[in-house]
Amino acid sequence: MKTTEKHLHEPLFHITRRTDISAAKAWMIRLLAILAALIVCALVIVTITDYNPLQVYVKMFEGSFSSERKIMMLLQNIAMLLCISLAVTPAFKMRFWNLGAEGQVLVGGLASAACMFYAGDSMPSPLLILVMLVTSILSGVIWGLIPAFFKSFWGTNESLFTLMMNYVAMQLVAFCIMVWVPSGSNVMGIINQNSQSGWLPELFGQKYLINILIVAVLTVVMFVYLKYSKQGYEIAVVGESENTARYVGINVKKVIMRTMVISGGICGLAGFLLVSGTNHTVSKELAGGMGFTAIMVSWLAKFNPLMMVLTSFLIVFLQRGASEIATAFRLNESVSDILTGIIIFFIIGCEFFINYKINKKSKKKEAVA
Amino acid sequence: MIGTIFAFINAAIIQGIPLLYGATGEIITEKSGNLNLGIPGIMYMGGISGIIGGYLYEHSTEHPVAALCILIPLVSSLLGSSLMALIYSFLTITLRVNQNVTGLALTTFGIGMGNFFGGSLLSFFGETGSISLLTTGNYYKTRLPFADDLGLFGKTFLSFGFLAYLAIFLSLVTSYFLNHTRAGLNLRSVGENPATADAAGISVVKYKYLSTVIGGAIAGLGGLYFVMDYTAGAWTNNGFGDRGWLAIAIVIFAIWRPNLAALSSFLFGGLYILCVYIPGLSSSSKEIINMLPYLVTILVLVVVSMRKKRENQPPASLGLSYFREER
Repeated sequence: MKTTEKHLHEPLFHITRRTDISAAKAWMIRLLAILAALIVCALVIVTITDYNPLQVYVKMFEGSFSSERKIMMLLQNIAMLLCISLAVTPAFKMRFWNLGAEGQVLVGGLASAACMFYAGDSMPSPLLILVMLVTSILSGVIWGLIPAFFKSFWGTNESLFTLMMNYVAMQLVAFCIMVWVPSGSNVMGIINQNSQSGWLPELFGQKYLINILIVAVLTVVMFVYLKYSKQGYEIAVVGESENTARYVGINVKKVIMRTMVISGGICGLAGFLLVSGTNHTVSKELAGGMGFTAIMVSWLAKFNPLMMVLTSFLIVFLQRGASEIATAFRLNESVSDILTGIIIFFIIGCEFFINYKINKKSKKKEAVA
Repeated sequence: MIGTIFAFINAAIIQGIPLLYGATGEIITEKSGNLNLGIPGIMYMGGISGIIGGYLYEHSTEHPVAALCILIPLVSSLLGSSLMALIYSFLTITLRVNQNVTGLALTTFGIGMGNFFGGSLLSFFGETGSISLLTTGNYYKTRLPFADDLGLFGKTFLSFGFLAYLAIFLSLVTSYFLNHTRAGLNLRSVGENPATADAAGISVVKYKYLSTVIGGAIAGLGGLYFVMDYTAGAWTNNGFGDRGWLAIAIVIFAIWRPNLAALSSFLFGGLYILCVYIPGLSSSSKEIINMLPYLVTILVLVVVSMRKKRENQPPASLGLSYFREER
């Protein structure tokens, strides 16, 4: 018996799923991963620039915190990334891969810009802002609902569908800009520069404060919605197992479409905030890849809206810091994408060690057997 | 008029080649159940690795040799893109991380690498200006010597550098491999149902790794073709544009068949530049025409899912990690 066993191919270790890891231990692993990532980033920076890595990190810090204006910019960037992350979260929790946030934000922003462009002079600004808000959210909803409709009735692959919708939205924006800007320069200037009609007002002299406050409220609402409401629970059940959901009498089709209405709607809201509160103009780069970054933010936070504040801070801090070192050391801006990539690889990679346990084949065990 | 049509066909093929590389690579990858959304990043990486290889060689010698001018960028491009695919494979197959998140991060990373090195390679060597590897580019653009003697036909269909023919050849080989070889059958079974494949004694991990890395390497060649042949050795940041995503769209459009992917790539290549060849088009309607490839893809996606023909479906386990102990 024993001799035959010896001939069998035994792997060096085997891997089992673990569910009992303590929160503290899980966060230790994540912290270690971030540390390891920062070390690798420092190595990368040193090899390509031979600057002192500590100096680089100091510069990065300055990029976000050295002046009040920079802090406000940091907060506003966090708010927008967080807003889009909140939007994609309910869909992800349902295992609906909404890779179309980029497009949903774009059509939302486009709707706002269209209102500002066509009705800027004919409406008082508060009314205009209200109209913009509603049309933006509606456009986002439509853009999100189309793939959800096909997914729930025919099982159409949603990640590919929503991905393609992004580019349709981008071309739509390009088309509108071509129509609106007669010179054909394909850049839309600031809309209503003089009248500031449709611009979100400053609050306490701070330009972006309204954006930040709205997103802060939204974060708490989303947390409560996902954790304590019946609909949030239904989302979780559909995400775990569609069959179970159907068995307990949840209308899966309805849940999918309702959740994508919420997801698309919040993306539309983000588009509105970006156009009305931040940029006052629209371009193909309005979302600037945030629709994709948001997916990582949401994933890193384990779909927990409160944790997303932290993860979106981490990503935005890195991006702003990296663009600061890029200008300070006369490097190319893209260094921030490289660093973001490396850090995300590490953080998502470390989830393995949280979810799974590696059991080494110990010799002791064999002796006992 | 005839001349314009042939010029259009020629341009469509040229535009289609990078897409075809990307699509062929992604089909091989997806057949193993890995939805690699990092393909756009991998293609950037394939391009910039080729540029770096070519640059280092061109600047290390006074008289570049043709064979090395071809070989060094080719090898470095293959290395760069396989390395990217290896990162993806390690994270998704060994560490079982979510494929969408990994792929998107890989795309961010790859485009960042491309633009970073493209924008600052020269400054590392104390030069200014933008990268231009004319010698290498010209070797890559070498056409068949008799192409111009064959009149319009030769000019339209035979006037490409060798990478163009390699793209078509690879797509046909892939098609044969998937449908007529045992390894191809095994690969498809891994993508359809890894647990069953595993039970049948097929090494799921090995197939997933190999197909993802080889698929990534092939996709990277699309980037190499773009920088060496299409732009003749010049790099512009973000010059490759969204062609990587278009390649993923073609995979759907061609319902996961490499031979159809060849035709679809040329069709998409044509759509990509159609607006240039339609006379009297306003600049706004050009943007609408540029929307067509994506709309057509969505249409195919919807129709395929509605008809539910089993042979036209995506691989059943697409996007899911496989863990033997979890059934």
